[in-house]
Amino acid sequence: MANPSVAEKFRSMEYGAAPEDPAHANRWLDEHRRRFAHYIGGRWKAPAQGRYFATVDPSTGEKLADIAQGSAADVNAAVKAARAALPRWQALAPHARARFLYALARQVQKHSRRLAVLESLDNGKPIRESRDIDIPLVARHFYHHAGWAQLLQGEFPGYSACGVIGQIIPWNFPLLMVAWKVAPALAAGNTVVLKPAEFTPLTALAFAGLCEEVGLPPGVVNVLTGDGSTGAALVAHPGVDKIAFTGSTEVGRAIRRATADSHKKLSLELGGKSPFVVFEDADLDSAVEGLVDGIWLNQGQVCCAGSRLLMHESIAASLVKKLQARMSTLRVGAPLDKSTDIGAIVAPVQLERISGLVRQGVAEGASCWQPDVALPAKGLYYPPTLFTNVHPASIVAQTEIFGPVLAAMTFRTPAEAVELANNTAYGLAASVWSESINVALQVAAQVKAGVVWVNSTNLFDAACGFGGYRESGFGREGGREGMRGYLQPTWLRKAPPLRAAGSRRRAAAAAAPAADAIDRTVKLYIGGKQVRPDSGYSLECRSAAGGLLGEAPLGNRKDIRNAVEAARRAQAWSTATTHQRAQVLYYAAENLAQRGTEIAARLAAVVGRKQAADEVRLGIQRLFTYAAWTDKYEGAVHSPPFRNIAVAMNEAIGTAGVICPADAPLLGFLSLVLPLVAAGNCVVAVPSARYPLVAGDLYQLFDTSDVPGGVINIVTGHPAELAKVLAEHDDVDALWCYGEASLCAETKRLSAGNLKQVWTNDGRRLDFFSALQGEGRFYLDHAFQVKNIWVPYGE
Amino acid sequence: MSPSPVRPPDAIARRQDLLAPFDERRELVPVQESALLANRGMALNVDWVDSVRINTSAVERRAGTLGTRRTVKKDWQVAWLLRAITCMDLTTLSGDDTDERVRRLCAKARRPVAQSIAAGLGIEDLPVQVAAVCVYHQFIETARRALEGTSIRVAAVSAGFPAGLNALPERLAEVRRSGDAGADEIDIVITRAHVFAADWPRLYEEVAAFKEACGQAHLKAILGTGDLATLRNVGRASLVAMMAGADFIKTSTGKEAVNATLPVGLVMVRAIREYRERTGMAVGFKPAGGLRTARQALDWLALMKEELGDRWLAPQLFRLGASGMLGDIERQLEFHSSGRYSAGYHHPLA
Repeated sequence: MANPSVAEKFRSMEYGAAPEDPAHANRWLDEHRRRFAHYIGGRWKAPAQGRYFATVDPSTGEKLADIAQGSAADVNAAVKAARAALPRWQALAPHARARFLYALARQVQKHSRRLAVLESLDNGKPIRESRDIDIPLVARHFYHHAGWAQLLQGEFPGYSACGVIGQIIPWNFPLLMVAWKVAPALAAGNTVVLKPAEFTPLTALAFAGLCEEVGLPPGVVNVLTGDGSTGAALVAHPGVDKIAFTGSTEVGRAIRRATADSHKKLSLELGGKSPFVVFEDADLDSAVEGLVDGIWLNQGQVCCAGSRLLMHESIAASLVKKLQARMSTLRVGAPLDKSTDIGAIVAPVQLERISGLVRQGVAEGASCWQPDVALPAKGLYYPPTLFTNVHPASIVAQTEIFGPVLAAMTFRTPAEAVELANNTAYGLAASVWSESINVALQVAAQVKAGVVWVNSTNLFDAACGFGGYRESGFGREGGREGMRGYLQPTWLRKAPPLRAAGSRRRAAAAAAPAADAIDRTVKLYIGGKQVRPDSGYSLECRSAAGGLLGEAPLGNRKDIRNAVEAARRAQAWSTATTHQRAQVLYYAAENLAQRGTEIAARLAAVVGRKQAADEVRLGIQRLFTYAAWTDKYEGAVHSPPFRNIAVAMNEAIGTAGVICPADAPLLGFLSLVLPLVAAGNCVVAVPSARYPLVAGDLYQLFDTSDVPGGVINIVTGHPAELAKVLAEHDDVDALWCYGEASLCAETKRLSAGNLKQVWTNDGRRLDFFSALQGEGRFYLDHAFQVKNIWVPYGE
Repeated sequence: MSPSPVRPPDAIARRQDLLAPFDERRELVPVQESALLANRGMALNVDWVDSVRINTSAVERRAGTLGTRRTVKKDWQVAWLLRAITCMDLTTLSGDDTDERVRRLCAKARRPVAQSIAAGLGIEDLPVQVAAVCVYHQFIETARRALEGTSIRVAAVSAGFPAGLNALPERLAEVRRSGDAGADEIDIVITRAHVFAADWPRLYEEVAAFKEACGQAHLKAILGTGDLATLRNVGRASLVAMMAGADFIKTSTGKEAVNATLPVGLVMVRAIREYRERTGMAVGFKPAGGLRTARQALDWLALMKEELGDRWLAPQLFRLGASGMLGDIERQLEFHSSGRYSAGYHHPLA
């Protein structure tokens, strides 16, 4: 008699159950009595208020452990511990820090399976992913950053650590996000307070254990658990020098506002609605497989998930058919089963969000298709879902669903594909499928996204920066640019506060016009034209002695609006060749040299003869500097560990507002505007409040130097007022604000609408007359954004 | 002689029989929603061939995770390994082959799993024997006699195997002789030069001519994927061979530097799927060369199940061309049966 079990399986050829044994992970939980305190200053510290919350296995609903709920007192203790650990940690030789990071990498590898199982238990992701993707990337991240620690001084001369870093991470890649945050921070010499997500704290706590095991000095890494209120307390804590956040765009906005009134550096890695573009000449079967990795990885709970499928019309029907066939073979089930493709959704609230958005999509008339796949009776599961008959206006095409839901649309031409791809507030990632290198690279260059994968998707590596354009956030994680986020110029720390402007000349306001005053008609400069201000008012401009030098137009919000529109129309500047841009800047230097004497003479009435001469002389040099940089601030070719060309391309950010310093009317303007223009941005600049008439000299200079209209727009007026308009303007992509601390804070706060990149002097005084402080990479690093394009190759 | 892709009616009939499951194993192939048609071939469609797009990196990525996305354990693994045996073309293709060597192989084919192991697993009643024995032309008769009374098929490599560079008339004559000698299946290797030249009409005519020369026997077209070098070539050659009427497409002779790899297999099975979707006709797949381990058998089965579905998990549409793999499968089965890791010398030689 045949063994019925084998005989039946011999006929059915089902995969059967293949569970990963959770015994080790459970033992670890039991060893901690399934109750976890905070890890602060190298000790496990019970929460000050004694409150705990449960973390749950989403595939069963069973409680895994009780977790400390962090309060303001706990945050305080953790920040204090991190601050206390800072001097000794920074005093260590870089090599010593490299050894610790290396030890952490090894420790992760030694305990890789326990960490993978723990991750799948807590998060619900398939063990295949935690085992083969998350944990190996964690180890890789520590290896890579052990390298940066080792090379720190040679590769980042003149830079030092920020200090205490507050790090808040999401629940979708819990331990991987720990690595992305902690590794570069430690490599740069910072100490950290890390707050893992409420739903998935276990692997961060396990990581704290690894820190203990490798003998990391107490206080260098602190792990504080809790909900959003704990995170908010960390963000608000004055002892934190930088906040690094990964999570939703809404929380990102709140953090932007909450940190505005401080010197805290900020990096945000937020949401996305990333396009997955398939051209008619793509390998369609491979593109379908790409979608499996793109939108069904981690149940689609991936910020860079390829959630918007854009299909060439000619292959749309065939692609949808292939996709549906593939979806039917996806296995939804127990996260710990080795043959599971789609595991459990992290929490009931997320499952409700997904099903709610899908219902809305259906109600809007989109066609919803789900394969007839079996879902487990118990636990939080959602089937792979495909929406067709979707339009850009559909909710499922616009909203980040963060679930296994794909919205498919069609396009007719490459240009339309790019237009649709960029028709989103986000800009995190894109995937482009074509066998034509011309099409693929053209689209890669045009799509607004921090990461572009050609014929691939969801590839990550510690050597390649990851981060978004637009409302997907700013700052990069990984690679050199990621390290830069945890460092700052050493001189900046010592920069003195800016003196309050205007006090010097107040007394002389009533003085009579100087005898040598020239009545000049200075206008606004918008779109390459001199225009009168909308307000019809003017602004008096007086000399140091109090004499009336002339009147500058009083620009208002409408003038800013017009200038931003002109800048948007001039975006071709970003694709002008670097040689063209350099020529224009060199020519401007030539023209400034020609007219230097008269410009200096006018400027001298405000800043004195010596400074005026210096501003002109250094202004010419600065023009040369950025003309030189245009074709030398080059990207990089990364070396991630598999066969592909990963190119880090430096791209212009778009339209930038600039609030110029009052004190160095000419040199300050040039120091801020030139790096942006050299990088290919278009600028709306508000010149010196002290001497807005400089605008007249500047636009004549640009006009005669072949600067295309709209590339540099100048709006004179009250900087504080115009800065707010620029900060709030949703079509301004970056804002550089030089001013007093209160103005800097205000612009940062108001920028939360479109999360534009705001860079300020935080109320400090920068010395534009010094080459170290006034020019170079420090500025260019902020004038560009990095796009990483991955191009796997091989025939 | 004009090569024709159109099959004599009796051959079609016989092919249909084969596609109906073997009598005693009717339940092996689950009832499906749509019928599979035997491949009758079709007119060469060069546009289709030219439209083939293969992205090597993406194919490698999928192939690289096939074995990590799916795992079969315990009784399921036993069942899958037994199924692998039933899909096996147990092969000897060495220069030093002799009649006695072939008879030994046939004996093993009849009883691929030792009695003691089968008893230990409780599977004595399961119809487990290899699908075919694959030998050189001159051993067809030997194999036929040694397999008398079984349903194990005799497959012969023919047509100037393995280079396939003899004059076409000679190769066709050899194929006819193989058929006359009683081979049920004939494995021929295509002229790789036609692929390099993208001379699809000549490749089509060649395979169609082989098909006709096969008569009642089934044609397995070996692409020599190691020689073809690029996956795009593999994809295009697969299509042309199917259009010309091949019953199976097969990766390798086993004599190339690179034999059956999962990326190559993935490209070929996707071509089979596309052909099936567009024509309704089913073509079989046979990886061969370098297949030695039970683990490989599971990976290839998973590839077939994932990309083509359960119907391609049967010998009618799937073969593993191997000589050494059976021994490793037996060792794994003994482990499942006894709980102890097995030694190679416990198992009768193939």
